[in-house]
Amino acid sequence: MMNKVSETLGRLGGVNLLPLALAAVAFVLIGAPSSWVTLTVAGLSMGMMVFLMASGLSLVFGLMDVLNFGHSAFISFGAFVAATVLAALSTWLDGGWMLASAALALALLAAIAFGLAAGLFFETVIIRPVYRDHLRQILITMGALIVSEQIILAVWGGTPVSVPRPAFLEGAWIVGDVSMEIYRLFAVGLGAAVFVGLMVLLNRTRIGLLIRAGVENREMVEALGFKINRLFIGVFMLGSALAALGGAMWAGYETLITPALGGEMMIVVFIVVIIGGLGSIEGTLLGAIIVGLTANYIGYLAPKLALASNMILMMAILMWRPSGLRPAVK
Amino acid sequence: MTLLSLQNMKTQIGQYHVLHDVTFDVPQGGVFVLLGRNGAGKTTTLRSIMGLWQPQPGSVMFKGQDISRLATADIARLGIAYVPENMGIFGGLTVEENLVLATAKGRFDQTRLQRIYTLFPALEKFWTKQAWSLSGGQKQMLAVARAIIEPRDLILIDEPTKGLAPSIVAAMGEAFREIAQDTTILLVEQNFNFARSLGRDMAVVDDGRVVHRGSMADFAADTDLQGQLLGLSA
Repeated sequence: MMNKVSETLGRLGGVNLLPLALAAVAFVLIGAPSSWVTLTVAGLSMGMMVFLMASGLSLVFGLMDVLNFGHSAFISFGAFVAATVLAALSTWLDGGWMLASAALALALLAAIAFGLAAGLFFETVIIRPVYRDHLRQILITMGALIVSEQIILAVWGGTPVSVPRPAFLEGAWIVGDVSMEIYRLFAVGLGAAVFVGLMVLLNRTRIGLLIRAGVENREMVEALGFKINRLFIGVFMLGSALAALGGAMWAGYETLITPALGGEMMIVVFIVVIIGGLGSIEGTLLGAIIVGLTANYIGYLAPKLALASNMILMMAILMWRPSGLRPAVK
Repeated sequence: MTLLSLQNMKTQIGQYHVLHDVTFDVPQGGVFVLLGRNGAGKTTTLRSIMGLWQPQPGSVMFKGQDISRLATADIARLGIAYVPENMGIFGGLTVEENLVLATAKGRFDQTRLQRIYTLFPALEKFWTKQAWSLSGGQKQMLAVARAIIEPRDLILIDEPTKGLAPSIVAAMGEAFREIAQDTTILLVEQNFNFARSLGRDMAVVDDGRVVHRGSMADFAADTDLQGQLLGLSA
């Protein structure tokens, strides 16, 4: 009987149904449909931004077996670089849809470019000497994180920095009783676009094939004649750029950022990577959406449990599936 | 003509000296078999040739070139393929993706592909299946197919019959005979009957040293020596 239920659920989508199940349970508990829609959109948008930050870390973890605690530095730098560009182009933000879009695109591109450059530096100077040595990886990446936070403090100061938003992303769409923040919908759209792009990269290109193979068995990829170190650099840069993009999006969401932003997000990012399954982009998306929805639903239903909700979620999922929801095959 | 020559190869893994003195020549063509008890150093020998463990400089010559300091990827590009004991297939990739990854330009030479279909019909049948869903024998077929999807001079194969059903072992033997017509195989094998049916030349490794070299026909005829070196009883 249980096997039949399990098989049927598997055919219908298996663990991919979890966000739907979560939303259905929350719908019953919340009672008010309009609040439920608002919370669901907020949860999806938070999930998508966390997905941007976490997807690179998951690939780096899975492919390179590197515990990079400095990943949050890319998130923080992405946020501050984007905020700086937006502030410098503040006149564009009020200058009509085209100019505001250009300013936003430039800010996001600047964060991505910074992430790529910082990733190249980080991989070649900091990570490469400590491959296959987890203890040293933790120590050196923690050290790099502290240095990065001090650089942010030195450049941008310790007072919170405000992040201007383009006018067209301000406000909310009201449909009946339901209110949906436009910025959150934009974050959902951007996250979905990045997910599709990553899936195309991983499943439709030779580089993607190499990354997927490398996540499973690095040694065999080398034995087939591929220089895995070059792949490592590329993936690390991609992961850093995605983290910076996620940080930039989070900055626009928060509108007031401090140097501690990356560190604060890192706990959630690690939870997402762990419950999603190392090295799996689909798992990271699934984990991020579940974490985003849970945080918002619990925040509404039981605010006192909000801080603990992600940890409880992680423990529950790891007891059920110790390798995470959708790990890359090892 | 010698294709691969190991001269006093020593390999250290961490603080342990695993190979102390491995010396043998693999002639071009046919199947060369490396025999030995568990833990003798056979797998380490293959991994050292492939650069996955770093052997002593100057101890591995392939087609007259010292490859002992080359990176694994560079060794592979010289024309050496490796089929590890655990087969090393990528379970999350389909059969097709496993094979296309091993091609030099990302596309198949149809003649070679047809040869693989002929040798291993199951791979054509399960072309779009993810490799983790294959049986043990099919996974081994895929691992060997991946090694021959491009022309190679030498294939290192580590215990390909381990855990396989007799019918699959027989099919694998037929495939190796066919492959050995144009590619040299260096085979590590515990199944002596399988090794004997394929090998032309052989060596025995014990405690990280080569303790015997010669023709397989002579070794197969000497049951005392088999008992002494491999623990086989007549």
